[in-house]
Amino acid sequence: MSKDAKFCMGCGHPIILQNLYKILKNNNEDQKSVLGLDIGCSLLAWDFLQVNTFQTHHGRVTPTMVGFKRAKPEALTFAYTGDGGAYSIGLQSLLWSAKRNDPVTVIVVNNSVYAMTGGQTAPTTMKNQITLTSPVGNSEEPIDGLALVRAVNKKAFVARTAVNNPKQLQEYLQKAIESQKEGNFAIVEVLSYCPTSWKTFGIGTNNFLEGLKNVFVMGEY
Amino acid sequence: MSDKRFLNGYDVVLEACEDAEATQMFGYPITPTTEILSGWINKSLQNKNLHCLQTEDEVAAGFAVCGAVMAGAKAFTATAGPGTVLMQDALSMAEGMRLPFVALIGQRGGPSSGTVIYSQQEVNLSIHGGNGEGMRIVLSPSNLEELYSLTRKVFNYAYKYRFPSILLTDGYLLKTRQSFSLPETKIENQKLLALVDETSQKNIRNIYTLEKELMSELEKNKQDFEEMSKEIVEFEIYSSDVAIDDVGNLVIAHGIVGAVAKEAVDELNKQNKKVALFRPVSLSPFPKDELNKLAQKIKNIFVCESSLGQLRDLVKQNLEYEVKISGIFKPAVGVEAEEIVDLVLSNK
Repeated sequence: MSKDAKFCMGCGHPIILQNLYKILKNNNEDQKSVLGLDIGCSLLAWDFLQVNTFQTHHGRVTPTMVGFKRAKPEALTFAYTGDGGAYSIGLQSLLWSAKRNDPVTVIVVNNSVYAMTGGQTAPTTMKNQITLTSPVGNSEEPIDGLALVRAVNKKAFVARTAVNNPKQLQEYLQKAIESQKEGNFAIVEVLSYCPTSWKTFGIGTNNFLEGLKNVFVMGEY
Repeated sequence: MSDKRFLNGYDVVLEACEDAEATQMFGYPITPTTEILSGWINKSLQNKNLHCLQTEDEVAAGFAVCGAVMAGAKAFTATAGPGTVLMQDALSMAEGMRLPFVALIGQRGGPSSGTVIYSQQEVNLSIHGGNGEGMRIVLSPSNLEELYSLTRKVFNYAYKYRFPSILLTDGYLLKTRQSFSLPETKIENQKLLALVDETSQKNIRNIYTLEKELMSELEKNKQDFEEMSKEIVEFEIYSSDVAIDDVGNLVIAHGIVGAVAKEAVDELNKQNKKVALFRPVSLSPFPKDELNKLAQKIKNIFVCESSLGQLRDLVKQNLEYEVKISGIFKPAVGVEAEEIVDLVLSNK
């Protein structure tokens, strides 16, 4: 089903990717699916699943998949990105794609940090969270990207779940695919593990994730 | 030709894109290429196969072109000046992944927002604007006929050789209105195959774990580019009635300055001055061998351009003989034939 994960031990990405693949395979839609990858930890998914994939640039996966979908409307197009790619450097394109109601599905992996570069403050870093670029704690509240998307698009499927809620993760990914098929934008944000950047071990990693759920509202928007 | 029409540069470019069977355009309004965006939208109202998206910025336009060509659609963008700067992000990805990316660039004055209609200051940016050492095809038209034929060529070259391909023009030529006729020889269109589709699984990357992997990719690209260069390199050598072997002075200019330089050469030849014009049409790949063939015999090179010396630097990079180089370097300002005549005549 997949190659060996190139992600760090305990990373949430493989859980999300394998759940996505399971749905596509069950729906017999794996061959018509195309997974565009942002730069960041997302890029490591480039040869992980048996679907067509390509890497893009940081913050640019959404407009790339918009171009792909416009050229080939029958494809199922996924823009797979981290929170920095989605809500910071790529926010303009994310919001405009949502505003236009482009029929693409964006999957945002929110681990509250820029993980590929070692754990810097991201748009989703919680207040007082310590990161490499907020050594005395983040002074800002995190952004709620989904609220922004909902503000510009009433038709889109917009939802947040977490890697340790696999049932809900599958449900939301399936709904996001349906949304694309109906011609609508969809975004699923997945709260995800990053023990490497969080510097957590064992149950501490799960506790950190549960803490994220207190800040980021779970469920459909 | 019997089908002479009175058209402006925008009409000509749009017709060329349609004849090239482009179907998707992505763009952001910026002078002097906005008319290509609005013109394509108008075309798409007449022809249901044509599509256009006015994106949120040039970055999105560029990446949407990347996505569309990967899906197998003939796609393009048009931009200028600060937009050309923003376009480098997508162009760099196209270089790295060998995507058939087509950009129509209307140079305007810089740096910064500069002026809005004309310059020849985006030569370096068009050829070398990416991080790393990606390779691009850059063609510079000097009149409406070339605006048409080179637009057709950038599409065909992009699809055949899979290097990002740029038509490098300016607002003066795009706004020029004159008699125009289609080329007598029919130009065949190169097919574009989807890079990604359901017939096979592909995993395409642009980031490498090992330095050596990247180096071998770049070496292969370089080799492909050099092999391709022999087939597509393009230039014009012009003089009215002076045998090229007898020429001691060479004016070098590109784009519309190249057209102006022809007038200057005519006048100089009339005054028995042994001068010819060398006009690179492909700035990248540069017609190096042809320049050096001429350079063996000449004493003076006069580079004339609307920039501080971007073409001169290209000439210097490619020149293998010691020839005195002077010229007219007017950043973002047009060059007149009389200036070129005076420059050549004043040279002792």
